[in-house]
Amino acid sequence: MSSSTGLESLVDQTISIITNDGRNIVGVLRGFDQATNIILDESHERVYSTKEGVQQLVLGLYIIRGDNISIVGEIDEELDEKLDLSKLRAHPLKPVIH
Amino acid sequence: MLFFSYFKDLVGREVTVELKNDLAIRGTLHSVDQYLNIKLENTRVVDQDKYPHMLSVRNCFIRGSVVRYVQLPPEGVDVELLHDATRREARGG
Repeated sequence: MSSSTGLESLVDQTISIITNDGRNIVGVLRGFDQATNIILDESHERVYSTKEGVQQLVLGLYIIRGDNISIVGEIDEELDEKLDLSKLRAHPLKPVIH
Repeated sequence: MLFFSYFKDLVGREVTVELKNDLAIRGTLHSVDQYLNIKLENTRVVDQDKYPHMLSVRNCFIRGSVVRYVQLPPEGVDVELLHDATRREARGG
């Protein structure tokens, strides 16, 4: 169903997760549940800083608790390939304050 | 339940969702669920120079718990109708 709010349509696709503490983790969505808990395979973290380009840290297989998730973004591979991460500079995202 | 129905009526409209980490994302409302989780299509971050973290994302799912505001199109709000509906719900009927 195309109008569902679930993450079914994103399973086995590369996604970008922004966590409540402002981290950005990219990986392949393998599973999820009602509480937005997420199983992320082949994941890596993209660390933003103003001093140097984006650093990529390999994490591997992760389970992220839903409570700690802000955004799940569908990565457009074409756009992502065009990005030059080594030239991107930005402050890390602020943590979520409830 | 009221705001769930309300947001369902807004599907297809252009909205801006401001998050509790100050990020603001504009896009077309694709769907909403009981937790007020929101799916947006054709998204762009409002201040892309300051927040380039989602440059390769066109569609996204936003967890309801991190939403601070949803900015609506003016024609998407019937204030009178919403007033009546909220009062009715507050009375429990």
